[in-house]
Amino acid sequence: MPTLALALTLLVTAPPQDTEAVAFVGARILPVEGAELESGTLVVRDGKIEALLEGDAELPADARVVDAADKVIMPGLICTHSHIGGGWGADSSGPMQPDTRILDSINVRAASLQRAQAGGITTVNVMPGSGHLLSGQTLYLKLRDGRTVDDLLIETEDGSIAGGIKMANGTNSQKAPPFPGTRGKAAAIVRQKFIEASEYRNKLARAEGDAEKLPPRDLGLEALVEVLEGKRVVHHHTHRHDDILTVLRLADEFGFRVVLHHVSDGWKVADEIAAAGAPCSIILVDSPGGKLEARDVSFVTGKVMEEAGITVGFHTDDWINDSRLFLRSAGLAVRAGMSREGALRAMTLAGAEMLDLDHRTGSLAAGKDADFIVLDGDPLSVYTQVLETWVDGERVFDRADPEDRLWAVGGWGAGMDSGDLGPCCREIGG
Amino acid sequence: MRTLLTLLVLTLPLSAQSLAVRAKRLYTMAGEPIANGVVLVEGTTIRAVGPAESVDIPAGTRVLEAEVVTPGLVDAHSVVGLAGWLNFDHDQDQLDDSAPIQPELRAIDAYNPREPLIEVVRGYGVTTLHTGHAPGAVITGQTAIFKTRGDTVDEAVVNPFAMVAATLGAGATRSGKKSPGTRSKAVALLRQELLEAQAYAKKHAAPDESAEPGDDDEEGEKKGPPKRDLRKEALASVLAGDVPLLVTVQRAHDIVTALRVAEEFGIRLVLDGGAEAYELIDELRAADVQVILHPTMTRASGENENLSMETAARLHAAGIPLALQAGYESYVPKTRIVLFEAAIAARYGLAFEDALGLITIDAARILGIDDRVGSLEVGKDADLALYDGDPFEYTSHCVGVVIEGEVVSEETR
Repeated sequence: MPTLALALTLLVTAPPQDTEAVAFVGARILPVEGAELESGTLVVRDGKIEALLEGDAELPADARVVDAADKVIMPGLICTHSHIGGGWGADSSGPMQPDTRILDSINVRAASLQRAQAGGITTVNVMPGSGHLLSGQTLYLKLRDGRTVDDLLIETEDGSIAGGIKMANGTNSQKAPPFPGTRGKAAAIVRQKFIEASEYRNKLARAEGDAEKLPPRDLGLEALVEVLEGKRVVHHHTHRHDDILTVLRLADEFGFRVVLHHVSDGWKVADEIAAAGAPCSIILVDSPGGKLEARDVSFVTGKVMEEAGITVGFHTDDWINDSRLFLRSAGLAVRAGMSREGALRAMTLAGAEMLDLDHRTGSLAAGKDADFIVLDGDPLSVYTQVLETWVDGERVFDRADPEDRLWAVGGWGAGMDSGDLGPCCREIGG
Repeated sequence: MRTLLTLLVLTLPLSAQSLAVRAKRLYTMAGEPIANGVVLVEGTTIRAVGPAESVDIPAGTRVLEAEVVTPGLVDAHSVVGLAGWLNFDHDQDQLDDSAPIQPELRAIDAYNPREPLIEVVRGYGVTTLHTGHAPGAVITGQTAIFKTRGDTVDEAVVNPFAMVAATLGAGATRSGKKSPGTRSKAVALLRQELLEAQAYAKKHAAPDESAEPGDDDEEGEKKGPPKRDLRKEALASVLAGDVPLLVTVQRAHDIVTALRVAEEFGIRLVLDGGAEAYELIDELRAADVQVILHPTMTRASGENENLSMETAARLHAAGIPLALQAGYESYVPKTRIVLFEAAIAARYGLAFEDALGLITIDAARILGIDDRVGSLEVGKDADLALYDGDPFEYTSHCVGVVIEGEVVSEETR
């Protein structure tokens, strides 16, 4: 028994021994950065993209060749706002809880993560909800096949766990005290908290590392100091045009970096958003309404923002939209006039920029992480299927595999967490 | 004055035969698609359909052109018009939760023909809506069929009483201490209600003619025709087979329950939702049940956790009468669009025309209105949807909508 345990440990922790290159040959390649290749080769090694080759260029001598003729390869999709994994941040005790981490509540075996892989999502910003002014720390995950949340984390250059912070204004966070009852009250609560965080930051600075002078540790204020220092981006739920401007006003007052999310009325105030330089992560839903603030949500937002010069990304807000159909966002945005190039960028590199991960993922370029998807057709077509999803050079979704196909299509047992039943016992439905 | 009279004489015949629609590809849903087809409209109905060379378009007729033309889409089950887009109490009339069984609630008393979501769905080509009371209680009320135009309910209505809407499974139970709190209790209530409606119908059919309505005999039994009871009347219509019972039910074991109850009372069952219906293909076929499948993109959670995007393809292949629906949405988006749902069914295994059938002629058959809508044939309502490419593609647009010969939309959506 101890031997078995040891063997398992070795299996899990041993670094990949496989340093052979894999060459996907003959695919139509949409690198997002740089020109499309009608017939090209993607070379992957040690979890990184080694090269992007045109036409009949010579392959590395040791490369394992994968025939990708008639396939389309593009960067893995980046979903900048999702609720997969069933995590929660803040509870009902107060309107701002920067001390809470979604890290501490995520179930990486949830079916929703498997579905996201099936949809071609390789990096996701998992967020707590919008029922608070500040509902907690978010988590940027690589959708590797993992047994624990640690297997999916992204480490930043300074060794910390990559993530942002979730804020919201408008009606979702308005309720009985201590929550705000009005928009004016909401902004006042946020400003007071950020003033407190600024003072805490000043105390930290004045202490110059002297333990005697350091203020007592405060988890919430520590997180907000990271926000004030630009290390932690604010991902801000906001719908109505005036709420959007309130976010920009507070970001300007306290100097925090902000990505606007949903931005339903964003097409009405695109010039103001552009002037503030705030990127926007938008969602495309089938119909307007469902709540007063989403009355005027439109497929046209992407086009209007693109024309205004705003960085536009997309998100699923899963479960609002199903991660398996995330690519639909690009198709529908193009339907309403966004450029094809802009829409594909919004699915990938623009999202990576919003998560400060564009140096690692979001486009197919030598040296970047080997995060990519293999499609059987054009990404804007409804008929196109995601065939394979690769994260850090490992294939995490293969539509030809019956269990993966169950996640992709649905059927009997598709609602269960992965690992609840072994593949032996899972009847492949759908 | 003379000029005015001349004008009238000239315009009258034109308005009676006012429109022709040309399509590079015309899907009539009554035969093979026609390349370079024409639909000629006279008044509110279709006068001629066929290849361009076979249809004479009278001089002066207004002509619309599009890449692709289909019949106006038929949404086989929606709540739009009762459930409004803003999602506040004042525009939510799809569910009264004061009692678990209320078949007397009529859709026509709540349908708002000026609801903005009607214009939204129409913009994608939907011309006929089967809508009404939502799932969420054992029996929530009635449904009705409308065209997606008209300023009043009377202008819009096609069939004021189409089905009675019921729910089984977790959706039929109520939280807290309210009854029914379990599946068994929900079914017991439903069966008891149906038994009472049976007795009511029997008395109506064979009343004691000598008695006044409501008179009792010596044992306290009602002798004459019973007093009118709207609730029992509505259920009597179901028991008589005048209208089907539309049962929203997702789990396989709850679908079996729906079949059991329908068989017990000889009810015509239309199965609605059916997330796990793929597990029961033989049973559904044996029971001769029609299915209005959940939106293919409905959320795979709760009772729908095991839904499959291939269910439409599998049920269709098994020959089960099938249609797609926008369904009921409680939040954002407030409604789905059947055009998009059929597109996903096509992506997951259905041939293009089979998927289009689920939102046109097949839906019209299940709703019992295929004599009027669902296909482009001579004499049927001139309801058409115009597209600038494959209607299912994300990047195509609906560019025109015609209802009963009237061009109701020319916007690009």
